[in-house]
Formats: sequence, C-alpha cells, structure tokens
Amino acid sequence: MSEFKQPASKAEFEKNFSQIKPLMNSTQAYYESSRCLFCYDAPCVSACPTHIDIPLFIKQINSGNLHGSAKTIYDSNYLGNACGKVCPTEVLCEGACVYNLQNVKPIEIGRLQNFATSNAIRNEIKYFESGKPNGKKAAVIGAGPAGISCACELRREGFEVDIYEAKDKPSGLALYGVAPYKITNEEALEEINYLQKQFGFRIHYRSYISSKDEFKRLENEFDAVFLGIGLGKTNPVNIKGENLKNCFGAVEYISELRINQHNTKTGNKVIVLGGGNTAMDAASESARLGAGKVILAYRRGKEEMGAYFFEYELAKNSGVEGLFNVSPVEIMGEDKVSGVKFIRTKTTKGKVEVIEGTEFVVDCDLVIKATGQLKQSELFENIEGLETDERGRIKINKENYQTTNPKYFSAGDVISGGQEVVNAVADAKLAAKGIAEYLQ
Amino acid sequence: MPDLKINFAGIKAPNPFWLASAPPTNSGYQIMKAFDQGWGGAVWKTLGIPVVNVSSRYGAVNYRDSRMIGFNNIELITDRPLKDNLREIEEVKKYFPDHAVIASLMVESRKEWHQIVKDAENAGVDGLELNFGCPHGMCERGMGSAVGQEPEVLKLIVSWVKEVAKTPVIVKLTPNITDITDAGIAARQGGADAISLINTVQSIVGVDIDNFVPYPVVDGKSTNGGYCGPAVKPIALNMVKNCAQESEIGIPVSGIGGIENWRDAVEFILLGASSVQVCTAVMHYGFGIIREIIPGFESYMKEKGFDSVDEMTGKAVQNVKTWENLNLNYQIVAEINKEKCIGCQLCYIACEDGAHQAIGLSENGTRVPFIIEENCVGCNLCSLVCPVENCISMVRTDDGKKSVTWKERTEAGNIPVSFNDPLAGGLHHTIPEPTAALKKKNTF
Repeated sequence: MSEFKQPASKAEFEKNFSQIKPLMNSTQAYYESSRCLFCYDAPCVSACPTHIDIPLFIKQINSGNLHGSAKTIYDSNYLGNACGKVCPTEVLCEGACVYNLQNVKPIEIGRLQNFATSNAIRNEIKYFESGKPNGKKAAVIGAGPAGISCACELRREGFEVDIYEAKDKPSGLALYGVAPYKITNEEALEEINYLQKQFGFRIHYRSYISSKDEFKRLENEFDAVFLGIGLGKTNPVNIKGENLKNCFGAVEYISELRINQHNTKTGNKVIVLGGGNTAMDAASESARLGAGKVILAYRRGKEEMGAYFFEYELAKNSGVEGLFNVSPVEIMGEDKVSGVKFIRTKTTKGKVEVIEGTEFVVDCDLVIKATGQLKQSELFENIEGLETDERGRIKINKENYQTTNPKYFSAGDVISGGQEVVNAVADAKLAAKGIAEYLQ
Repeated sequence: MPDLKINFAGIKAPNPFWLASAPPTNSGYQIMKAFDQGWGGAVWKTLGIPVVNVSSRYGAVNYRDSRMIGFNNIELITDRPLKDNLREIEEVKKYFPDHAVIASLMVESRKEWHQIVKDAENAGVDGLELNFGCPHGMCERGMGSAVGQEPEVLKLIVSWVKEVAKTPVIVKLTPNITDITDAGIAARQGGADAISLINTVQSIVGVDIDNFVPYPVVDGKSTNGGYCGPAVKPIALNMVKNCAQESEIGIPVSGIGGIENWRDAVEFILLGASSVQVCTAVMHYGFGIIREIIPGFESYMKEKGFDSVDEMTGKAVQNVKTWENLNLNYQIVAEINKEKCIGCQLCYIACEDGAHQAIGLSENGTRVPFIIEENCVGCNLCSLVCPVENCISMVRTDDGKKSVTWKERTEAGNIPVSFNDPLAGGLHHTIPEPTAALKKKNTF
C-alpha cells in the first residue's frame, strides 16, 4: 500500500499523480514492438472501437517508420494520443491480445500508440489536409472527444466548422474528467492544438449554447449541428445533508482537481460513494492528494461493482479501503460534513435490500459522491423535436447518428449515457460521415 | 561419466570446444582467459605478414529484438608482429600444456610457408590451420579464399606445408565455392590431416539508406565482408555434412558456423564434426558462454549414452539422403490442439497465402482455425509459424505403407514424364479458382 504525502507544489503533485502509462523510450518501444505476432484478423483491432490497424502500426514502429505508424493510428482515430493514454486498454485492445491466452503479458498497445503519436505531435507532422470546401457549414457543440473527432472528419469532407465550447479549454472529459495519472493537461491540450493546426476548425470558448434562441441562431447559420455535449452534473443522492460544505460531486471534484492540481482541497478522512470507475478515480485521487484515510463505500458487494477490476486494484494500491454492502442514509454535519450514516444492505436476486436496524456512522470530513451524472435534459428541451429515450439519452438513427430533429446529429456520452473516450471518438467520426452524406 | 577429451587428427584437447581463429584469439591474454574459463582449444588469429586494418570493421544483422543474428567483418589477419604472437604462444603453452593451441597461418610463397610453419611449431603449437577461407581483403592479394576457391592451388600449398610440418595440418575451407567437397578433396590430396569449415560467407550486411553506403562504413565507403553468426549455421551444417559424406575426403572435420550453445555443437558433431570452433558468440557474449555449452553437452551425452565425442560424430549423417531416396508414401497432416491455440491465425494466413489453402476459419465465433485434411500436404509451414509450443503437430496418416522413393518409381516407370501427366503429384489437391481470390474478404 502506497502512502502519499499531501502535494505542496506542482512537482509534488506530478509525483503523486505520476503517469501510469508513461511514455516509452525508443528502446522500450523497439523491444515491445518486436513481440507483436502480427496476428491475422487481429483481435486487438476488433476490440478497438475505432479499429486502428494495430499490428500494422506496431510493425511500423519496429521497422523504424514512426511517421507511418502515427498515420496508421490517426487514420482511424483522431485522438490517437489521448486514447492511447486514457483507454481502458486492459479490457479493449490489450485485453484481446492473444498473448493473454498463453499467460504471456499482452503487448502494451496503448503505450506503443503513444510512442508513435507523441512523436507526431511533438514534431508537428502533418498528415491531413482539410477537404476541398464544399460550401457547407457545420456547428459542433462541445469541444470534447466527440466534438473534436467530428470536427476533424467534417473538415476533411470540406465543411467549414465552428466549435462552441462552454469551458475555456478544449478536450472535455479527457481534460476535466479523466484521472491526472492517466493523461496530463499538457498532453490533452497539445493534441487538440495539433489537430486544430492541421484541420483548421474554429473553437469558440466560453460559449455555452443552451437557450432556444441560441439554438435557433445556429440552425439558421449552419447546415448541420452536432451535439457532443456529454453529460451534466453529478446525480443527487437525495439524502439529508447532501448540500453540506465538503460534500462534492465526483465530476465537479475531479474537474477542479485537474485545473487546481495541488491546490485542491482534500480531507483527513474522505468517503467516496459509488462503485463505478469514476468512484475509483475519485478515491485514488483523494489518496494521492494526501487524504489521511479514504473509504470507498458501495451499496453492493465488491464483485458487483461496475468499475473495471484494474481500476479497483489501482485504488486499493493507492491506499483506499473498501466498505461494501452499505447504503448512505444521511450525510451528517451541522455546517460541514462530519460523517456519513450508512445502513447495511444485502443483495437478493440482484436487488439491493436494506437490513433494518443496522445503521451506523462513519466519521469523515469530506464526501465525494460518484453516483453517476445527470443528463442535460433542460437543454434538450430547447431544441425543437429532439427526442430522448427512456434513460434520457438523445435518440439517434444508428445508421447516420441523426437525431429526431434532422438538423442535429449527435454522438458521445450524450447518446450513450457514458462510455469511454474512444467510443465517443469512433461514433463522432461516423456522425460526421452521416452529416456529409445527408447534406450531399 | 562421458569423456569430453578428444584427439582431433592427432591434436589432443580436454574438450571439443575451441575458439576459431578470429578477434577473440588475437592475443595470449585472451586465450589464457578463455582456457581458464573452460575452452578446450584455440586457433590463433591468423599469423602472417602483419596487416593494417581499417575502422570500422564489423556490421550486423539484427532481427527484431535479437541483435547480431548475423555478423560481418572486414578485418584482416593479425596486425601484430610475428615475434610477439610467437612469444605469447609459448607463454600460453607453458600454462596450458594440455590445451590445444593451433596456429592459423596465411602467407604467399613456399619459402614463407616453410618459415612460418617452423616458427609456429618452435613456439610450441599443437597443430596448424591453413587459412584458405578469408573472403575479403586478403583474397585480393591472392591469399585466403583465393586459394580455397582453386583446388589445384590449394593442394599445392598444402603439400608445401606438409614438406616441413611436424604437427597436424588442418585446412580451413571457404564456403564461397560451388562445391566445397572439391576443396576438401584437394586438401586431402595435398596431405592435410583435417579440414575445418566454414570460413565466413562473402556478404554485404546492410545499407545505410540515408547515405547510400553499405555497412560497415569506412569514411563513406564500404567493402564486402565475411558473414558469420547464427544466421550461417544452416549453410555450415550442410557443408560439414557434405564433407563428412564424401569418401574421398575421409579426414576429421572441425565444424564452424554460428555455434552459440551446446545444442548447436551437438548438431555439428552429429553431422560429422569431431571438434567445433566458436567465434561470433564469444564476440557477442564473451568467453563465459562456455559454462552453458559444457554442462548442456555433457548431459546430452549422458542422456543418449555416449561415452565419447567420437561415438557421437556423424550419427546423423546416415540419415541425410539425396531427395530421390526419400519415402514418397510417407504422409502427415497438421493437427491443431484446440486447448493450446491462442487464435493468432498465423497458421491460417500462412497456409492460405503462402502454401496450400488447407486451413479454414470457423464462422461460429471461435478463433481456432481448422485443418482441411484433404488439402493438407503435410508441409509443416503452419507448425513453424505457430507461436505456441506443441500446439500444431504433424500426425502420420499413411498407415505405414511400404516406402516408395522417386528413384524406385523412376526405375518402375511410374513417374510423370509429360507436362500434363496424370501422375502429377498435385492433381488430387483442391486448388481454388483464381477469381475466388477476389471474393475473399480482406482482413489483414
């Protein structure tokens, strides 16, 4: 179990949050790429939502064609560098590597990918040119992975593209939502900058599009609008004390952590509520911020957590303790958080039941709720004819990602309800093709 | 306990593992160090009129993460004065009287040969090795492989040496020749006591594609070198076997070419060598590799019940036949072990694109390919590309039918003789129509 001291400087922060997939040096990349078997119809390619020709880019690294390697990656995935870093490769490409079946360590595909793409970014190697102007204009709402991927593809198709971003930096969750030990702010921003230079889309920061009038304006000005707006704030737990000081939503907390880094407040004793990947992130991050004790509380059993096993392992190795089969009843405290009252639960036939009379209080001075994210439904209401499904996700035509308002197309978390960066990148590229075809 | 001691054409040594004449045997210091670590003999870096060398001198072929699977040099014979070498030979023999110290020699005239043979023997060498193999630099001056490629000249020079030599004479042969047995026979006829092979293969090891000059680079230029290392082992094994099978040679063979471990040494000996010489592996890893060679070799001898190296020598030679004497009725087909298969499908694509379209892919979601037995010709390719040990095995299917060879079929008049002969061997294989290729889904 690691012990982390509260970081007092950027350097200490970076040490505590050191990259779990650090950049390979050329010797590492050479040896690792040498191991690739160059499988036929390789399972890693099928496992990648963007279907990067992984054996090819690895062979290109091995033969000293680093430029060609990065091109192979970017041809399939415009956020090749971010995905190499933040993808849960353990359950995607690397999880599919045939070496796993031989109990041999799978190829470190993510890190090899970063080896190639970071070289391209560092040296500003230009692979793409925007297509011949087709006289059409598209607006992209949200400069996250979906929006950027869509914008790149639209530019290749010859569209003029304006991206409207509510925040003052691009990258969306890749910057504001992913754990800092997965990707640095610099890495996330540099790739967007690199793409912007190649594709020449415009990004309008601090441009939150939400009102009927604003949507109407875009509809009038543009031939198509792409919604890549992701999800909203953290779901409320709807228990007493939720609005006390030092009770944060995970999304908001992580976003602050990414920007304020070592200046982010943590507690002596932190309780994280939830069992998903975001809960694991919030717990690991709290530990790395130097919290005295971090407890991960989940209402079901350990095995029932939605988080990937390796994310829980990472949290445990950062010093996080698990508390399972407990449900929060009340956040205790007068002005600020002083503890959480739980009640014990059991799972019968997949359903969580509380066990009456088993309430108990765990003291703490900071609570992070990782209880999912709200949909931005108030915003959807301002788009005429935009329908959502029973789970509040924007409905799309799976063929071309068009919404029920034909002017709008959409991809990313806003249609999936919350998936990986790579899924957003893959879907948004297809959405761009959908836009181009529809407007032909 | 197996005995590693050998008597190679009259040269005694505590074991058959010698250092080949090369940079590792440039000095008494190196040879003493090697003997101290367990090497049984050493062929001194070729003595002659000292040369001047260039830099750089070496180039290598790397394969993926394996370095120096092939190695190439443009270094010449010794660049040290003869007297220094002779003094060090004496010194080595003083400390290691039972180890084999062999002087490699290369000079031009009969007079020089006579002189250098006497000098070397006076210094106490146990034998002589005539360097008729060096394929770069020296051959331009009429020595080295220039001699090895001309059997008559080779024979003449061997006879000059034999006029004065009191110790056994080994002739080192060049592989840069159409039939190495011609040189071996000439050596025997000239009076040689043994032969050693192979010397290096003439080579260009690679090209600096930015500056348009092959490696190794000497001030922007290059020259061909001599190739050695693990990559040349198959060439060497074949040539050793050829010499071992040639009755007109009939003298001991010292095997050289890419030997790195005990298994390589065993292979050379089974194909007819009675000592082996090592260079590249030492240049790569140092003399210490002997500590892997000796125990591995000994335990192999124990396991197989060999008491001496002599008993092992040539054990596999009788099983090397000409093609026409192989059994045409022997049939094997590939079998994939489903439990072991990891689904890389390399066997599928190798057979599909590179061989006989005898492996298929299932459409039921499994990645384990299946063998189309009627198309399988038992070529082995799938089992060779398979990255999993013992996953694809070749299973005999011919029920031990009586052996029939091409030679026998020829004698019986039972072979295809016309272009469209119904006896064509491939007639019973299913060959897809050419256009079927265009309908195949490309999943690289």
